[in-house]
Amino acid sequence: MSEEKKTDLVDVQINGDWHQFPKGTRMIEACRQIGVDVPHYCYHPKLTSPGNCRMCLVEMGMPPRLAPGAEPELDEDGHQDIQWMPRPAIACANTIAPNMGIRTDSDLTKMCREGVMELLLINHPLDCPICDQAGECSLQEFSVEHGHGGSRFREEKVKKPKNVDIGPRIRLDDERCIMCSRCIRFCDEIVDDPVLGFTDRGSHTTLTVHPGQELANNYSLNTVDICPVGALTSNDFRFQMRVWFLKETKSFCTDCGRGCNTVIGSRETEIYRQTPRENNDVNSTWMCDRGRLNFHYLHSEARLTEPMLRRPEASTHQNVTWKEAIAHAAQAITDHESGEIAIVASARLTNEELYMVKRFAKAFDIDLIATVPRIGEDDDYLSAADKNPNTNGAKIILGDKTENQLDTVRSKVNEGSVKALIVIEENLLNQGFTKEALESLDSLIAIHLLANSTASAADVVLPFAGFAEKRGSMINVTGRLQRLNKAIDAPGQVLEVWEILRDIIQAAKGENGIYTIEDLFKLMANEIAAFDGLSLAKIGDLGIPLIETDKTIPLLEREKERIASGLIVG
Amino acid sequence: MGKKKIKYIEGKEPHEREYRLVFKNVDREGWDPSIETFLKEDGYKQLKKALKMKPAEITEEVKKSGLRGRGGAGFPTGVKWGFIPPNNEKPVYLICNADESEPGTFKDRYIIHQDPHQLVEGMIISCFAVGANTAYIYIREEFPEGAEILEQAIAEAHDHGFLGDNILDSGFDLQIYVHRGAGAYICGEETGLIESLEGKRPYPRIKPPYFPAALGLYMCPTIVNNVESLCDVKHIMEMGGDEYAKLGKPRNTGTRILCVSGDVQEPGYFEVEVGSVTMGEVINDLCGGLKKGRKLKAVIPGGSSAKVLRAGETYKIKQGDEDVEIGLEDIPMDFDTLAACGSMAGSGGVIVIDDSRPIEWVLNNINTFYAHESCGQCTPCREGSLWMKKVTDRVVNGQASPDDIDTLYSVAKNIDGRTICAFGEACSWPTESFIEKFKDELVAATNPDNSGELVSPESELAAAGLK
Repeated sequence: MSEEKKTDLVDVQINGDWHQFPKGTRMIEACRQIGVDVPHYCYHPKLTSPGNCRMCLVEMGMPPRLAPGAEPELDEDGHQDIQWMPRPAIACANTIAPNMGIRTDSDLTKMCREGVMELLLINHPLDCPICDQAGECSLQEFSVEHGHGGSRFREEKVKKPKNVDIGPRIRLDDERCIMCSRCIRFCDEIVDDPVLGFTDRGSHTTLTVHPGQELANNYSLNTVDICPVGALTSNDFRFQMRVWFLKETKSFCTDCGRGCNTVIGSRETEIYRQTPRENNDVNSTWMCDRGRLNFHYLHSEARLTEPMLRRPEASTHQNVTWKEAIAHAAQAITDHESGEIAIVASARLTNEELYMVKRFAKAFDIDLIATVPRIGEDDDYLSAADKNPNTNGAKIILGDKTENQLDTVRSKVNEGSVKALIVIEENLLNQGFTKEALESLDSLIAIHLLANSTASAADVVLPFAGFAEKRGSMINVTGRLQRLNKAIDAPGQVLEVWEILRDIIQAAKGENGIYTIEDLFKLMANEIAAFDGLSLAKIGDLGIPLIETDKTIPLLEREKERIASGLIVG
Repeated sequence: MGKKKIKYIEGKEPHEREYRLVFKNVDREGWDPSIETFLKEDGYKQLKKALKMKPAEITEEVKKSGLRGRGGAGFPTGVKWGFIPPNNEKPVYLICNADESEPGTFKDRYIIHQDPHQLVEGMIISCFAVGANTAYIYIREEFPEGAEILEQAIAEAHDHGFLGDNILDSGFDLQIYVHRGAGAYICGEETGLIESLEGKRPYPRIKPPYFPAALGLYMCPTIVNNVESLCDVKHIMEMGGDEYAKLGKPRNTGTRILCVSGDVQEPGYFEVEVGSVTMGEVINDLCGGLKKGRKLKAVIPGGSSAKVLRAGETYKIKQGDEDVEIGLEDIPMDFDTLAACGSMAGSGGVIVIDDSRPIEWVLNNINTFYAHESCGQCTPCREGSLWMKKVTDRVVNGQASPDDIDTLYSVAKNIDGRTICAFGEACSWPTESFIEKFKDELVAATNPDNSGELVSPESELAAAGLK
């Protein structure tokens, strides 16, 4: 190590052992780095540190201040003696100093933690049995470690507002609130919507929304995530499921091109919630409400669960076996010249699915492939202007021009030169196609997730699996390759898009199939240079940068500035 | 000066033991708060002198004077001024803390009401010394008349060229603004005050990193001084730091206004040389003794947050090189001796308690105040102050058990030293010291039969005090 580097490291004694940490490290982070967790409520590395909960108080000491000219007395390891201070220090906001001592296991530290725990609970309603936070509540966790079985509090508790409607998606229980101010700071510092604040004072301090305002910004549900207790709960999730029953699956949000990393909470075949997962190259620890709540469609009543056919003589679709449906689709395709067939795919599909579209087109010599661009507005935080989650994947796999092919497909359908159309995911009636034009096709093969007017005009309807029901990868707007994991089984007879396309090829051509998504990925990696040497496993939980883009993420840029100025840890 | 022949309003003459410096014009016959009256008595003469000096020389005089802050903490004023970072390029602010809220303290209001120009002159000199071009007087909401008087005084000072741009052709600019609080004790805490001045809830800031002299108002260097301290600066200019330091005692220099309240014949304010009178002399000489037939029970020597001293106690202190043992009435009223006796000179508010007062009533009175005034930012004080009050409510109402006194003590200990600001000590020291010194009497007010009984409805006291 160079001399210069050495001076950037600071010697700190934690629980008797000496360690080195970079200068400027907060005491709480230094402890964390060596596996010593310091309990805390108000501290959040992405927010400023008000030091208000006092849960992270630790015993702290410094070497004695020397008289001018005096030489420090050193022990055999070359460290100065530590003078322990009678007054504990908060570990969250204080940074380490050379030869500082920290004790997280001393009597003083224990007394502080027990004292704060007791004080936090005296006016708390202790309604854990009906509290949504139960099971992931810091009050519960730290009570186990630092609390007592009984209470010495014999007084009447302070009464505060309950079940307060502070915004369209959030409910507040002021009696559960421990006034850590994380939600206030989030609104103020991260989303520039400072609508929350405290009123009253002392033990009667009450979190509330400013008069005439509501907590309605598109990031409001992050306050529920960072609330260490059950004060803020999500209207969508409350009373739906005990959190300890939830299986957690790492995934990412497919609502726009950002691809915010998530954890999907599911039990059996149902998703109960989606929460953001830290990824400092994508979404920090946040996500927007719109994306977070955009999983309910998977459980919609309109969900297609069986393959269906509408035979020429019938007026409605009928459930059929996959074998029949695939055979019908294969026949419809082989009945046509390749020039009479077009595909409308989607930049909402995974790379693997899009690659299967490519193989499918090749198998039947189909040239005309379109995708539907979805450009909306970005919001200067996380939400990207590109509302397709995998535009970059579609461009790499299907080529740049598919984005511009929709008009061609539409006019060819209208003029009757395209006679068979395969549409995946997209509702063409929302894209300028007319019902008459679609009905005039010899065959419309609709691979869809939900019943819609395009599927209703199709002769073959093939149901596919949604983002939480399959594995696969996408490339977000900043060029990061990320991985979806399967959280739940798809309902009914639903198959994945790549399986459906494979089966049609197999039925028409009798070729050997591809049996796993790994195999499919391998084929894709062999064919498309960008994926060379990769596999689903190699993508990992946080994804990998795949292609260079010039795009920055506004929220992350601001976060970097705040880290650099020492305001937050990050 | 103090000894000069000044006629005071009949019945309000200073006591012969007093040394009137800051309070020279308080209750003075024919005196009014106008600038004309002030100018007749060499008003703003010290400002003219100061503007001819170098700012560092003024700070040096204040350091030499040994002046310790009169707001409560007793921190040396000159040293505080010296904490402004030497390479500072940001604006510097000076704030006069006129949020006088500590129960038992009522000195600053007299300066503001009767001699506002003394404060304004002291402030201008101080601002010149620390390099502040903007200053604020943060005055508590409960002094509406004082705020108007100060506004008037500032306007007059402007008219006479003592404020504004290029003061007296010195090139020094200064604006002073009066900012009225909204009625919270915590605004007297300097970082809470700064937050309040910035338009936020007065939540005290964590130190480190927010030491006001470096990161104060709008994250700029800020000096917060008490009204009396800023007035003292004017007198230090007049006398010179060395002369001022001859008043009082070494390390405890100058004069101090004692505010005596409670069970004495003649409560009131007395400006004395620091340490020149003993507690006994305060009670018996300055205040005419205890009420008839009453015995001294206790004294809270420096505002309600100071630890109580019990009559009959003895204290070991150093006199010169000698260890001596003294009684409560022998304690000289200076910073260091009161600290050595386990309490503090604080804000100068001396609260005398005689044997007619049940001690649980006194403690509950104090606890009610602190429970009401806790800002609620940090856990121990927010939750603990009300808990302590609820327990002492029960002691007063005869609903407590002896165990409750032990609980009370441990709650106080769980607040003390664990909070963001000194309010934690302010609210826990009374309980700690009352239990340490009057446990017998507190336990006697309880009943073992109450043990274990859960108390439900909030007492009437609680309802009246807090709802």
